[in-house]
Amino acid sequence: MEHFIDIVLLGLLMITGFAIVRLRSLLAVTMLTSIYSLLSAALFVVLDAVDVALTEAAIGAGISTILMLATIAQTTDREKVPRHTPLLPLIVVITTGAALIYGTLDMPHYGDPDAPVHRHMAAAYLHDTPLEIGVPNVVTSVLASYRGYDTLGEVTVIFTAGIGVLALLGYHTRRQNIQPPGIKKIVVLRVIAKLFLPLILLFALYILFHGDYGPGGGFQAGVIFATGFILYALAFGLGNAQRLIPQRLLHGLAAAGVLIYAAVGIEGMLLGGKFLEYRVLADDPVTGQHLGIMLIELGVGITVAAVMLIIYFGFVSRQNSGDS
Amino acid sequence: MSNLLGHYNYWIVIVLMMTGFYIVIARPNLIKKVIGLFIFQTSVFILFISMAKIEGGSAPIIEEGISVYSNPLPHVLILTAIVVSLATTALGLALIVRIREAYGTTNEDEIHVQDEQD
Repeated sequence: MEHFIDIVLLGLLMITGFAIVRLRSLLAVTMLTSIYSLLSAALFVVLDAVDVALTEAAIGAGISTILMLATIAQTTDREKVPRHTPLLPLIVVITTGAALIYGTLDMPHYGDPDAPVHRHMAAAYLHDTPLEIGVPNVVTSVLASYRGYDTLGEVTVIFTAGIGVLALLGYHTRRQNIQPPGIKKIVVLRVIAKLFLPLILLFALYILFHGDYGPGGGFQAGVIFATGFILYALAFGLGNAQRLIPQRLLHGLAAAGVLIYAAVGIEGMLLGGKFLEYRVLADDPVTGQHLGIMLIELGVGITVAAVMLIIYFGFVSRQNSGDS
Repeated sequence: MSNLLGHYNYWIVIVLMMTGFYIVIARPNLIKKVIGLFIFQTSVFILFISMAKIEGGSAPIIEEGISVYSNPLPHVLILTAIVVSLATTALGLALIVRIREAYGTTNEDEIHVQDEQD
């Protein structure tokens, strides 16, 4: 049954991919991209990667789609017919594809437990996590503790992307509340948005602090948290959303998250351990690990949520400020 | 036959990868190019996650009574990669917005024509 679902989902992904190539309306293409992302998230669940699925659904299907729509709103949604013939690109693509398929012939079969990829570190992580870290979710323990350096780099990447978008698009605080006139009349949207906002924020907190035990963690929680405010901005206008959560606060929060993360690392050094060694944070090593993971996940969540909102406000406020 | 089933995931991934690659090199519209890149990236995610799967395994969340878990390491790598893919997408789209303001178009061919005129 698992194989069957796997085959069907991959088939659907392929159909969506071809449809994206053929369609010329960028609006339709963006919707298909969102579907593509959601299908791959479903596939990740089948392939046992629940954390990855949650991330892909929140980031790929959620935030990326919103950003693409914001870009299309400012540009055009018609794709012009290319002036070159597609012959040369087709030859390049087919040759590369054939070479890659030839390369897969040596690969171990799908689901093979003796594949080299499963031989080395993975077994150690699976064995040591309950003893050393004491959290059931091995993905969280590797992400936040064993490979904490990488994740710190990761948060810095996100922070840098936020700065990059700020540098490119700037930010414009709206005093008047600009909003498409049609949306004001849709009572259902406004009521639902108001009802959902606290639930979305609560769910984000659950994802954040339950990441040790189930799928979830700072990245996913941050994105979900930001989605709550984006929904608010869509239903009640950008000006209201920017009053609710001012731009300067966002700038501060984006930096604060990275600093919390780094501070946990330095605190470990001050207490006599190594950088990002959580064992020394409490009397009991396992409690120390718990505390460390929770604090750095909090840092990740704060930075990710703030940067997502900075990016979103950057795109949308530029659109509303006209072609200046 | 076992070869076909054993490599099915990888082959579809390559088809998806090439679909994205084709959009990037053959389509002049910049937004479409970013979408092509997105498809390419997602196909790489599927490749890694497919390699992490163990037949009969379970999600890598330790639970009593379960002995076989899929490999958590590629999951961590790809979780990271998804977040990076968002960073690249956001920056790419922001650049497109600025290009459109400077050139009045998002079509690569037209941008080249304007550059040659200057």
